[in-house]
Amino acid sequence: MDLVATILVDGLIYAGWLFIVSVGLTLVFGVLNILNIAHGSLYAIGAYASASLVGVYFAAGGDAFPYGSYAALILAAVLVAVILGPLLERGLLRYFYGRDEVLNVLVTYAVFLILEDVMKLIWGVNPYFVYEPYTLLGTVEMGSLFYVGYDFAVIAAAIIVGLAVWLTLNRTQIGKVVLAVIHDAEISQTMGVNVKRIYLGAFMSGAFLAALGGALTAPMISVTPGLGVNVIIVAFAVVIIGGLGSVPGAAIGALMVGISRAASVHLLPEAELFIIYFVMAIVLVFRPEGLFAKTQARKI
Amino acid sequence: MSNGLLEVRDVQKTFGAVTAAKDISVSVPQGSIYSLIGSNGAGKTTFVNMVTGYIKPDAGTINFGGRNIAGLPPRQITRLGIHRSFQIAQLCNELTVEENMLVAGAIHGRTRPSFLRRSDDAQARERAMATLERFNIAEHRNRLIPELSGGVKKLLDIAMAMAGETQIMLLDEPTSGVAADEKFPIMDLVIDALRDEGVTVIFVEHDMDIVNRYSERVLAFYDGQIIADDTPDVVLSDTEVQRYVTGAPA
Amino acid sequence: MMRFSVFTYAAIGFVALAAGAIVLPDWAMFLFAMALAKGLVCLGIVGMMRGGVVSFGQGLYYCLGAYTATLAANFLGVSDIFLLTLLSAAVCLLVGLIFGPLLSSYRGIFFAMLSLALSMVLYGSLSKMSFIGGTDGLNIGAPTFLGWAPEGRPLQTALYLYVVTIVVISGALMRVYFDSEQGLITQATRDNELRVEYLGASVRTVMAYNYAFGALLGGIGGTIAVLALGHVDPEFAFWTTSGEFVFVAILAGYLSVPAVFFAAIILELVRSFSSLYFPNTWQLSLGIFLLIVIVTLPSGLGSLVSRRKGQNT
Repeated sequence: MDLVATILVDGLIYAGWLFIVSVGLTLVFGVLNILNIAHGSLYAIGAYASASLVGVYFAAGGDAFPYGSYAALILAAVLVAVILGPLLERGLLRYFYGRDEVLNVLVTYAVFLILEDVMKLIWGVNPYFVYEPYTLLGTVEMGSLFYVGYDFAVIAAAIIVGLAVWLTLNRTQIGKVVLAVIHDAEISQTMGVNVKRIYLGAFMSGAFLAALGGALTAPMISVTPGLGVNVIIVAFAVVIIGGLGSVPGAAIGALMVGISRAASVHLLPEAELFIIYFVMAIVLVFRPEGLFAKTQARKI
Repeated sequence: MSNGLLEVRDVQKTFGAVTAAKDISVSVPQGSIYSLIGSNGAGKTTFVNMVTGYIKPDAGTINFGGRNIAGLPPRQITRLGIHRSFQIAQLCNELTVEENMLVAGAIHGRTRPSFLRRSDDAQARERAMATLERFNIAEHRNRLIPELSGGVKKLLDIAMAMAGETQIMLLDEPTSGVAADEKFPIMDLVIDALRDEGVTVIFVEHDMDIVNRYSERVLAFYDGQIIADDTPDVVLSDTEVQRYVTGAPA
Repeated sequence: MMRFSVFTYAAIGFVALAAGAIVLPDWAMFLFAMALAKGLVCLGIVGMMRGGVVSFGQGLYYCLGAYTATLAANFLGVSDIFLLTLLSAAVCLLVGLIFGPLLSSYRGIFFAMLSLALSMVLYGSLSKMSFIGGTDGLNIGAPTFLGWAPEGRPLQTALYLYVVTIVVISGALMRVYFDSEQGLITQATRDNELRVEYLGASVRTVMAYNYAFGALLGGIGGTIAVLALGHVDPEFAFWTTSGEFVFVAILAGYLSVPAVFFAAIILELVRSFSSLYFPNTWQLSLGIFLLIVIVTLPSGLGSLVSRRKGQNT
């Protein structure tokens, strides 16, 4: 019984983290039709930026009010989105809209390669540690098990992110415009929608969510080069399972991957990586476009 | 009464709340020329799509050569001898006219497509050119598809479908997208070529002059049903057809 | 213009590449051998590209071929290069024939990501298998050539000539395939699947063939690479390895076969020079190079030499 509970809790924690990263990826794909490999770099940059900012915060006497470091984490993600979002979207990606989607994967792969080295140039190759925010929330006792409170904060953050994205898309004026652009950018343009702004906004939101994922993770790990390489591959699996461009899909995908990975870690550690792709393959066999994708018959 | 080459029996198809085919039954004898008329959404294209395998009927049978083909995939139905053309010509835009024809030839060669034999060897080109000439488009052989007029595209679409052993040809709006003054010449050419080969023809058409001139029998569709099945003069003077399909007395 | 047969071109290509055995210094011969081995993998991707799909997971076969050869050498005592190549090729072809039909109904991003997922499964599995080296991988001894066991420069030369021979044969065969009836059907599939199905051919069969050829070539490339390096590890199947293969395929384009090997050599040169001169920023150089290629040569290097028919007539 304990094992089931452990798997569920571990799975939820992992799923929460995974959802934050994946929902940004799926949002960018939904609007821009670009599957962004550099999403992994934005995640890693978010982690580095938050490690630096939190470090600065405590160096500047933040010990007096340690909870302020959470604001530093979020500020780091905002900075990444505000600086890199427009740079990548306006500076590069917009020239590739409407091009072959596989070619566009390669474009973002190039960006990924470039950012990998840029990170090394800025932050060097030595690891960064910022453990303070991780320990601040204490521990939670569940039965005979202890969990770090911060882990549950990540789940809470994921729920907040999910609700915020869903409500923005479905309950606000701007969200309706975004959905219209996703449906048909050309028609939206003729209806007077400023498609350019929507693209930029969506990409910046995606970048923010990637960076937020990294920023929230930074206190739990040592931030080292190569952080983004593995993240992006797992996030791909999540959005493919859920259906590219679907927010609820990303949530379900994150839960499926999170819980099956946790189960594998506890029951069959050798299969940890295998299980993620196994789940993805099974889903695609039955739903070739993912769980929540809309399939359209071609008119001939 | 089951002496038709194509026997469609009680075929049904619904898309959500829309009924696209309701108890469709038709018997098409060998060598005949049928036209399908009806307003948009009446079920003509659904009929063509079901016979050629793009859509699987919910119920009913489609017998061809003593075999129920309902639900078979397009390539198997094509292999049996039922070919089709498309409302929007389906061509390979990165290839030339001749190469498009060679694709059709490679698939319908005397042997299975080879991994070694050149696709443009002398024999294959000769065969391709013969078909292009039959459809009067040989002069365009080296042009890429996007450079062609609507009429030439339609002809190539049909020519490619004729590369195999065609017994039945379904033409989905053969004159849509074709300049007005080209419509009759194109229909003359196509119907002649198909008749020469003894092919049974079923074509979808909105232009009643073309229906009247080229078809031997007309099926009028309305709301997923066939409301008339007779010779052109009978169908076109039918009051129900006039009310629901042609809009005015012919 | 007179049309030379593919055999004439193959002979010219062989002589030109084989001359490298005499003129190239040791380091360059190694670099060329690696580039040509990887070029084989990329040729497989180009074959798929002609049908309209791109595999982001060819590292699967590159790695599988390399491990098959290494395990055969270490556990079965096989050292003959021909036997090792045949064995890896057979294993990869078999796996390709199993996965090909499964992947053949996917297109675009889904095909790319599923093939990537398969390679990552291999990567993950190999990393956890400590009995065959885990993440450290395995070493493989020098190969023998039908009983002849050279060392030093003769070994390197023999290996180089071996890869040149295989490259020329595979390149010629792929050219024959591209120009064949099946090859034309593949091109038509890339353009309009609906048309191909309505002509009576199976698009899935076309895709499965191309995938199997890609698996075969990937396996052979991996075998030669591991023999040249003397070492294999799970990184052979990592997605960034596959990413480089796709990069070469895009750089080459799908029009010309020699362009694939030319592109592979360019990539190896760019990589080794940038890691020599910009040791900390070679990925950056590679990324910028990649962007320049995508922007300036949308149809790849091959478009510089083989123009499409029909444009000027």
